[in-house]
Amino acid sequence: MSVEDTFAVELKGLTFRHGSRKIFDRVDIRFPRGKVTGVMGPSGCGKTTLLRLMAAQLKPEQGEVWVNGQNLPDLSRSDLFDMRKQFGVLFQSGALFTDLNVFENVAFPLRVHTKLPEEMIRDIVLMKLQAVGLRGAIDLMPDELSGGMKRRVALARAVALDPDILLYDEPFVGQDPIAKGVLVRLIRLLNDALGITSVVVSHDLAETASISDYLYVIGDGQVLGQGQPDDLMNSDNPRIRQFMQGIPDGPVPFHFDAPDYRDDLLGGR
Amino acid sequence: MRIRAVEISVGVFLLLGIVALLLLALRVSGLTVASSTDTYKLTAHFDNIAGLTTRAKVTMAGVAVGKVVSIDFDTETYTGKVVMEVQRQVNNLPTDTTASILTAGLLGEKYISFSVGGEEDVLVDGDIIYDTQSSLVLEELIGKFLMNTVNQE
Amino acid sequence: MASKSLLDRIALFGRSGLDVVQAMGRSLLFLWHVLVGRGGAGTGVHLLVKQLYSVGVLSLAIIVVSGLFIGMVLALQGYSILVDFGSEQAVGQMVALTLLRELGPVVTALLFAGRAGSALTAEIGNMKSTEQLSSLEMIGVDPLKYIIAPRLWAGFISMPLLAAIFSVVGIWGGAMVAVDWLGVYDGSYWGNMLNSVDFYDDVLNGVIKSVVFAFVVTWIAVFQGYDCEATSEGISRATTRTVVYASLAVLGLDFILTALMFGDF
Repeated sequence: MSVEDTFAVELKGLTFRHGSRKIFDRVDIRFPRGKVTGVMGPSGCGKTTLLRLMAAQLKPEQGEVWVNGQNLPDLSRSDLFDMRKQFGVLFQSGALFTDLNVFENVAFPLRVHTKLPEEMIRDIVLMKLQAVGLRGAIDLMPDELSGGMKRRVALARAVALDPDILLYDEPFVGQDPIAKGVLVRLIRLLNDALGITSVVVSHDLAETASISDYLYVIGDGQVLGQGQPDDLMNSDNPRIRQFMQGIPDGPVPFHFDAPDYRDDLLGGR
Repeated sequence: MRIRAVEISVGVFLLLGIVALLLLALRVSGLTVASSTDTYKLTAHFDNIAGLTTRAKVTMAGVAVGKVVSIDFDTETYTGKVVMEVQRQVNNLPTDTTASILTAGLLGEKYISFSVGGEEDVLVDGDIIYDTQSSLVLEELIGKFLMNTVNQE
Repeated sequence: MASKSLLDRIALFGRSGLDVVQAMGRSLLFLWHVLVGRGGAGTGVHLLVKQLYSVGVLSLAIIVVSGLFIGMVLALQGYSILVDFGSEQAVGQMVALTLLRELGPVVTALLFAGRAGSALTAEIGNMKSTEQLSSLEMIGVDPLKYIIAPRLWAGFISMPLLAAIFSVVGIWGGAMVAVDWLGVYDGSYWGNMLNSVDFYDDVLNGVIKSVVFAFVVTWIAVFQGYDCEATSEGISRATTRTVVYASLAVLGLDFILTALMFGDF
């Protein structure tokens, strides 16, 4: 089996800057095909930027982004357009189009990329909504849905074209336990049933660790650690340990930079 | 259906806008759709056209009968050459008609006024009006007045 | 916190000046991509129609009501001033010229900036912050073509029409007040107006003004929404900026255009 087959997405020597800050410094990350890989790290480590780089919304300064055997920065506009059929992205807030109803939202990618007749589009939309359990909400408008329901519809939209790769941007944020449970189940189900490669970017430790086959911890522009979730839990690296075990003070300090305490109290202002 | 209502209202809106523009053009500003076949051209030379502009009215007995279409400097005669378009129905202007540049009100805009002469022949397309009276320039009037006053003393 | 020295303040001022220039550059590139840039996946007239509705049709109410009141006030005030000179019969031409040359285009632009402009900014800013624009990109649709362009064209088309409607309603409103209430002769109101209003100098110049204003106001509204910080605070700041910048731009351009058109250069 060639390397391309084992890894659906490969980031090689990725360097990306935002202003003067280096978000990624010659980073290598590989996402195995057909598995759920989690990407975790402290806030501001660039997890969402990583997703955007993988989905070609941003261009890396240096390095390559290989997706299904193609290097994204090299592609022409029309090739990139075709490539997008292979991706599904689920954003943190669902990002449903507020002026379209549920049906039209899920049908949107189909209308953009295919010329299927209306009956077929309707069938596909119904199937996708059935998979996420929201077939009954088909005529509702996004503002009539709860947060969790919005995300599920967005998920249906993300899989409308049966993509190979699904990117999840902080899917568990602000959800109640039931909603989280639903999402966990759906992510795992879609991955196993459809052979999709899933990348979950999150800092929700418990959920992400429970569904990931493989985990990356990133921070400071580097990959701090990678491996099976259990291995990372017991890692030697203090940064990884602080993150995975939720220790309040460590490599990421508790106290914000301040002058000496005594001087401050006695000195007065 | 919702979409039909939206399209209809947009159509009505666009219609209202165009009707408004038409109203402004015709009812408010009196734009006439007179094509050039309804008019004929006459030329007049003035020593001083001061203040006359293109599209100024050409009147006769106070009634608008045409408009000024161009004002140029005639290098051969050192005069201002004014070309006017006059309505075809006004086709009985004698060849010794006088064209004067008058002011509407005391300080208003300039316009051209025709006064009839007595000749039998009439002006036709392309003719030149020879009897002209130039625009009254206020400073010259004041100057004349002062000169006269001085002379009397 | 230590107080800023004079030098620091100057540096901050300079930096904000550079920020402004940078923002203007961004907005120009933005405009280019929206209007000219390589065509995206099907835009379509139905998108434009939807925007014409929300931008044009929904602004009709405020424009008509404002036009009516302003026309009536003009007639009232004009009459009270002219009657001292015995020229009250000229109130028709006064109302018409004021509306056609100045108030029609300018007030429409200001009202449009406040109502439709701020709505556009808020809508686009909201789409940005809920990542709808990113989603569109992910699916492969260029948001500049799909979301922004129809709104821009809707503004360009609607505003001049609204300005014309404003002037018409104002003139007829003024007629109501002058003729029916103040006793100006119907013939004088309309007759003097017909004589003194020139289609090219007055009506057309007014239309040109409103086209220029439409361009500037819509461009600012749409850009502020697209460029804003993707937070709710950012959106509200952007909305305020739209109204302020658009209003200032309209008034400034009005002076320049008036000088060019009526200044007799």
